[in-house]
Amino acid sequence: MGAKYFGASVKRREDPRYLRGEGRFVDDIKLPGMLHAAFVRSPYAHARIAAIRADAAKRMPGVAHVFTFADLERWMKPLPLFGAVPPGLAARVQVTMRQIGQLAMCRAEARHVGEIVAMVLATSRALAEDAGERVEVDYEPLPVLSDVEAAARPDAPVLYPEWGDNVALSFRAGFGDVEGAFRRAEARVRERFVIPRYVGMPIETRGVVAQWDPRDGALTTWNGTQVVHFVQQGLVAALGLAPHKIRVIAPDVGGGFGTKANGYPEDLLVPAAAIAARRPVKWIEDRREHMMGSAHARAQVHDIEIAARRDGTMLAVRDRIWVDLGAYNSWGIVLPYNTVAHLLGPHRVPNLDVECRGVVTTKTPNAPYRGAGRPETVFAMDRIVDCLAVELGMDPAELRRRNYLGEADMPYELQIPYRDGNPLVYDSGDFRGGLEAALRAVGYDALRAEQARLREQGIHRGIGISSYVEGTAIGPYEGATVRLDASGHAVVATGACCQGQGHETSFAQIAADALGIPLEWVTVVGGDTAAIPFGVGTFASRSAVNAGSSIHEASGRVKDKLVAAAAALLEAAPADIEIADGLVSVRGAPASATPLAAVIRAAIPTFARPGVAAPDFEATVYHHQPTVTYTSATHVAVVDVDAGTGAVKLLRYLVSHDCGKVINPVIVEGQIHGGVAQGVGGGLLEEMVYDEQAQLLTGTFMDYLVPTAMELPAIETVHLEYPSPRNPLGMKGIGEGGAISPPAAIANAVEDALRPFGVRVTRTPLGPSVVLGLLEQAAARGGRPA
Amino acid sequence: MTRTIRVTVNGREHERTVEVRATLAEFLREDLDLTGTHVGCEHGVCGTCTVLLDGEPVRACLMLAVQADGGHVDTIEGLAPAEGLHPIQEAFWAKHGLQCGYCTPGIIMSTRAFLRERPEPSREEIREMLSGHLCRCTGYHFIVEAIEEAARAVAGGRRSS
Amino acid sequence: MKPAPFDYVAPATLDEAIGTLATAGDDAKVLAGGQSLIPMLALRLARPAVLVDINRVRGLDAIREASGMLEVGALVRQRALERWAAERVPLLAAALRAVAHPPIRNRGTVVGSVVHADPASELPALLLCLEGVVLARGPKGERMIPADRFYRAPLTTVLDPRELATAVRFTLPPTGAGWGFAEVSRRHGDFALVGAVAVLTRAPDGTVGRARLAFFGAGGTPVRGLAAERALEGRAPAAGLIAEAARAAAAGLSPDGDIHATAEYRRRVAATLAERTLTAALARCGDPQ
Repeated sequence: MGAKYFGASVKRREDPRYLRGEGRFVDDIKLPGMLHAAFVRSPYAHARIAAIRADAAKRMPGVAHVFTFADLERWMKPLPLFGAVPPGLAARVQVTMRQIGQLAMCRAEARHVGEIVAMVLATSRALAEDAGERVEVDYEPLPVLSDVEAAARPDAPVLYPEWGDNVALSFRAGFGDVEGAFRRAEARVRERFVIPRYVGMPIETRGVVAQWDPRDGALTTWNGTQVVHFVQQGLVAALGLAPHKIRVIAPDVGGGFGTKANGYPEDLLVPAAAIAARRPVKWIEDRREHMMGSAHARAQVHDIEIAARRDGTMLAVRDRIWVDLGAYNSWGIVLPYNTVAHLLGPHRVPNLDVECRGVVTTKTPNAPYRGAGRPETVFAMDRIVDCLAVELGMDPAELRRRNYLGEADMPYELQIPYRDGNPLVYDSGDFRGGLEAALRAVGYDALRAEQARLREQGIHRGIGISSYVEGTAIGPYEGATVRLDASGHAVVATGACCQGQGHETSFAQIAADALGIPLEWVTVVGGDTAAIPFGVGTFASRSAVNAGSSIHEASGRVKDKLVAAAAALLEAAPADIEIADGLVSVRGAPASATPLAAVIRAAIPTFARPGVAAPDFEATVYHHQPTVTYTSATHVAVVDVDAGTGAVKLLRYLVSHDCGKVINPVIVEGQIHGGVAQGVGGGLLEEMVYDEQAQLLTGTFMDYLVPTAMELPAIETVHLEYPSPRNPLGMKGIGEGGAISPPAAIANAVEDALRPFGVRVTRTPLGPSVVLGLLEQAAARGGRPA
Repeated sequence: MTRTIRVTVNGREHERTVEVRATLAEFLREDLDLTGTHVGCEHGVCGTCTVLLDGEPVRACLMLAVQADGGHVDTIEGLAPAEGLHPIQEAFWAKHGLQCGYCTPGIIMSTRAFLRERPEPSREEIREMLSGHLCRCTGYHFIVEAIEEAARAVAGGRRSS
Repeated sequence: MKPAPFDYVAPATLDEAIGTLATAGDDAKVLAGGQSLIPMLALRLARPAVLVDINRVRGLDAIREASGMLEVGALVRQRALERWAAERVPLLAAALRAVAHPPIRNRGTVVGSVVHADPASELPALLLCLEGVVLARGPKGERMIPADRFYRAPLTTVLDPRELATAVRFTLPPTGAGWGFAEVSRRHGDFALVGAVAVLTRAPDGTVGRARLAFFGAGGTPVRGLAAERALEGRAPAAGLIAEAARAAAAGLSPDGDIHATAEYRRRVAATLAERTLTAALARCGDPQ
């Protein structure tokens, strides 16, 4: 197979429709007789719902229905749970875990601000909101849990009485002799790091449209989700319908970032309401609802300790981790164990001891968001590594150089299992090489010299480094069906769903190469349960590897069928058949070139003759991906800090990375840029802030601050390529990586800039008030005043 | 409460009766089916709904439809010729200046007005203009390059015509 | 996130507008640029019974410069003044460029921002620094309210609900005056955490002639830095004196804390920015621009 398209920066095939305003997003769908939903949401973090009176609301203009839990009770099954402990993990790590599925509407108790209490259907959204204000709810406030550690104390009020306490999950993992290593170490550093709540915040909010067809007893729902098959499974369980009676379509989706891979109450409530009302129903989440009702993320506390020799050799790491799960533990092991599995990253550390506890609080539930546990753990690790460098009086780049794994170390096994229960073995890469590449590209030595010069002029420039190794492309599978039509054009159907990553281009590149047809002949269909019966969805940097491998293999099988038919038609040996650019020919006989359409036509029986082969030019492959592939990167941030105002200006940001073989380099580059931007947001701007009453204080875009083009520099990239041996095309996942390191790199850079003042950065986001506070604390400790 | 308004959108005059509380964004999307104008926050921060009113970019969520009475509105649907793309759109395509495409129409409409006022913008000016738009996918890097490319293309087009 | 229902009137004349406001009183809100009001409507934080849209009122869109004063009508968009000021009054242009983003400034009015009275916004402090006045008309006629008596509390002015602010007047910095403008915001275009604006003139003998300093984001209203002005006027401007004057002005501030900055931060950085703006103003003294 020649790779005509694989590896080429093909212009994206989906772009013209977006550029012309012809995309179709959930909010663009209009159905005859459609009602609009608005939700009544709890203003309390924790309250008993004593009574709901909806009579006044029902009398409001345009109102068709007001539903409470009781009205929809027959469908109110708990929402799906994720993150069960796989057997391979259970065998080696003892995990204590408790999960209770959230109900789509509060039955008698609200557990976070924004949880749904009632639903209004009206002829317009404005009228539905008017009526929602008239729904009278008697709330009896209950004790709140706003702090993760306080919530874990024995005297804390308990959110789920049947549990006895609020610790939903705990485990300890590690290897080696940590106690001994710390005893023998020449240097030890310990610090507490706080990673705040920050979130995916796609610019398109979530939305659901549902239509019930009583004739067929079938439901169609359009949902801006990353996981159509998960949504379908949830609806199957709640509605009691056969899967094929429920079609879930994710049309064009305006960004996901993990936020839209969560299971949500509205996924069920809108379809249930459409069935109950016998009319189509639309709900478009508004931004305020998104802030309180869509999943939050991050929110961890690390008490981390590192032991080393004076020459910098790392001996052991110990970490005690708190994860603030929010009101429900829907994601089980996923975030806590990702955090643990990625703690050491590129470092060679022979001894590890990590204890992790996930605790429920009365806040919006926590779910995976781009990086999913990795930005948190990398923040803790790369900060403590910088603290160690200070302790040792060593340049932070040099300390890393001495401890990073190199190409010769691959494959490298960490003595704990991965989250999927399989051994945690880095498949390929060169982390030390990646670090060196980054340092060279950024001009590290020159930067250090310039920093020293600027310091004398009172300009505080800082350089920060952070690296990660990321398990990507988690399995177990994603499927693909590849099917040719009569013209030889191909439809590729997959369970992967696109939220802007360019699937219609990348997947077509793989299929066109494997089939030997022009790129323009391929149509990629994702995000539709009617297109393929089984699927997982797009998250966890998984689609290129999982879906891409299936598309590659399925296209190969279709090509085999074409070759067989062509061999029969052209009376040649199959081994002599070549397919390229949509033409079939016999090797060495260019005159034999026949359009694919003619081969397909010859396979279709006529009254005069049978076909030359069965006209079955279709194949389905479910590529099995037992465990992950390991992407890696080093990020370098350069900042200036204004010591008079605390303002941080990000001057440069450089990424050197390896994601194996690349389908479309420009798309990969774009993924990195976007991830970095989100990570920079986490480092400098973004936080979901709650007060002591667990009231959300960041309810609008004026409070939750997404970075703009003015807060970001041009992003520099260096591409390295260490193919993965774990899939046929040598790919690794790249969707999340960009977002992992920026908070750590920026925090390291800010602390580096303020090194003369003795500042220690222990949390993000590093807004000016926080930075000036750090300078004041350092001065109070006896450091140099700013 | 409703009012009847007349608005010229993409060169075509429309007369509609609208709720006075409906925003211009709602009017374009719901009454005229021009769903290329997207809505991201409804409180004027994200810039997704930006359209041109009498040639100047405005937030369509921060204007009532009744206020557009008698005005001229340009939306993304009016930019490209029937076939092909406008040079700004071409530049965004060539430079990978979009991913999910949700914020794109607003950015393109702002860019159109911006390049009329600043035909040869600096990178800093591009970033300052762009800061009125939130994009969560691209990190803006390729959008900046797309606008530079668009400026060249628009200038070239002007010279050759 | 849709506004609660309201009635809507779009008067064509000033008298009509005043008449409507006189009848509706507290239940009415004036809609000019709408860039602050419409988000509040969408969030249902403001629920007026009637919206008085003055955009069709004739004669409110003029920018007039006469005898050292600049009068800006109630319908002058921020962007229009920014363009007008670009070559004429760089201080005004600099302050306006810090107000949100072009699409907002294309609709948002100068007077609207002044009257909205967000203590963290630039234009009220600018009006204060430039010893401006607000021209208001109500059932009892017209009155002129000096900026330093206009603001009462966050989002609250002495304007009566039945009055309409028809224009603001700025005293333009005299020829040769220097200016400084600085703010710290979380992102470009955001409301300032804290900011300062300064104008200085120098007497022929090199001492400071007139000093004007105002803060925003440093209290419930824009605040004039009188202590600094007094400390500087008539004195030879040494670096130490400016720092001392800046600290003196900031010491009198009582800012609030919020999720973006502590009160202490605002007080401390107010001093820093006062020093920077006064220093910049001094450096620009004598510039023809």
